[in-house]
Amino acid sequence: MTENGWMAFSILIAAIFTDNILLTNYLGMCSFLSVSKEIKTATGLGTAVVFVMTCTTVINWLVYYYILMPLDLGYLYFIVFIVVIAAFVQLVEMIVERVSEPLYYSLGIFLPLITVNCAILGACLFMIIRNYGFLSSLAYGFGAGVGWALAITCMAGIREKMAKVKGKIPKGLEGAGITLIIAGIMALAFIGFSGTMNIR
Amino acid sequence: MLGPFLVGVGVMCGISVVLAVMMVIADATIANYGTVKVKINKDKELEVDGGRSLLSTLMEEQIFIPSACGGRGSCGMCKVKVLDGAGDLLPTELPMLSADEKKQNVRLACQCKVKKDYSIEIPESLFNVKEYQVTVASLTDLTYDIKKVSLKFKPGDEINFKAGQFVQFGVPEYELTPEPVYRAYSVASSPFVKDALELEIRLVPNGICTTYVFKYLKEKDNVTINGPYGDFFLRDSERDIVFIAGGSGMAPIRSMLYEMKQNNNQRKAMYFFGARAVKDLFQVDEMRQFEKDLPNFRYIPALSAPDPGDNWEGDIGLITEVVAKYVESGSNVEAYLCGSPGMIDACIKVLKSKGVPEDLIFYDKFA
Repeated sequence: MTENGWMAFSILIAAIFTDNILLTNYLGMCSFLSVSKEIKTATGLGTAVVFVMTCTTVINWLVYYYILMPLDLGYLYFIVFIVVIAAFVQLVEMIVERVSEPLYYSLGIFLPLITVNCAILGACLFMIIRNYGFLSSLAYGFGAGVGWALAITCMAGIREKMAKVKGKIPKGLEGAGITLIIAGIMALAFIGFSGTMNIR
Repeated sequence: MLGPFLVGVGVMCGISVVLAVMMVIADATIANYGTVKVKINKDKELEVDGGRSLLSTLMEEQIFIPSACGGRGSCGMCKVKVLDGAGDLLPTELPMLSADEKKQNVRLACQCKVKKDYSIEIPESLFNVKEYQVTVASLTDLTYDIKKVSLKFKPGDEINFKAGQFVQFGVPEYELTPEPVYRAYSVASSPFVKDALELEIRLVPNGICTTYVFKYLKEKDNVTINGPYGDFFLRDSERDIVFIAGGSGMAPIRSMLYEMKQNNNQRKAMYFFGARAVKDLFQVDEMRQFEKDLPNFRYIPALSAPDPGDNWEGDIGLITEVVAKYVESGSNVEAYLCGSPGMIDACIKVLKSKGVPEDLIFYDKFA
């Protein structure tokens, strides 16, 4: 494999494990906490995020390096990125409604809210800040999406199990409290991967 | 100075235009479900625009499925048997459907979107359901907590219903409801009067519709109703009839009695009216008149807890005890019950113990 290819591959793996956008940067927390009650809906939202993140990083990379930079319009990138993401989420919403109505209804308001899922804008901004090439950006966008999906699916698995042992959780910690603690422990566990791959 | 400004604005506009074009294409392809066919009861076929809920699609075609909440999936009334086309059950439907209904492919019409060809089954009677704009002709207090609401249809409008069926009464938005809702009430008047309706409405504390009727409804007000609905009506047979209904449950029975009177029905019939005290009795004179007009009809009011000053000489006791006293053998009886679920369940028990076949006990439970 070429050097570019290796770099993209290591970025992909790093984005999933060592630098998981959710567990190390704590981006995209709101839907992570709210849609992680069931594995089925969590993987559904996870898939949507993977799709949106991969597509938007690619498109935003092209827009940034082929339109904004040549015209010296780098300062427009926030607004352009947001608009591109919004359009994509709308597209995904239409597709999900067409393909799987049960998923559409269980995701509910969180599907349109991917528009302002900070993990997605975050991934686009990281790729610019870290000066990734096209291939690396593609790998990063996909990897960050998969990482996010992995984290929310793990969380949903844990919460599904937890729901079966009612009454063991202290009252004050039920719901968001215990979920945040679990998220912290998951983040600690993911530190175990650090050093295996480097994101930069 | 102008150059960078134009470039910036131009690029932003360009990107927006591209995305907008993309969305327009997506809307015309992905979100466009085209014309789809809805087959009703395997014979009638409608061509409709896809993409909307089954409830509003049918409403557009002038087929009214009963619905109290207006399509939010919270009342569970718009149940329809969908044979084909609806796909998997939605999470929003699950709490409203029993295990039996799930097996029979019953769905909530307000939640299922019509995206491909549908095949559904609805009761034939729903084809007769229409929406009407009516005016309040008069409001009469029947007792301290029951009002008679007389509605007058617009010239040219008329309703065809069977005695015992109900209509839905539209309540506009007011302090108790942020959006218009519909509530079901049995028609109390004669089915032979087609340009007017009477409803008997009992005040339920904090009830959305009853509070509205008691507090705000005035004569000459305009009201939207739709109907008729329901399969609670007099069956054709030679069996003796037992009516049991108290309070505003009188409404469908009164309508049935009007029908019997008009048809000069000679069947033996007894009407047990359960009330607490004399102050809960109403339309007694009318019932006595029915006794004169219908040779084999008897009206039997019974009080469970008469007030000290009531001077009551009629039957005393729970309605179930009174029914048990008068109905000797149920083998030749057909029963019509209207009232609260508790009262109906108790009466069914008594009637069955008297030998009334279960499939000949018809009832309209207040939900």
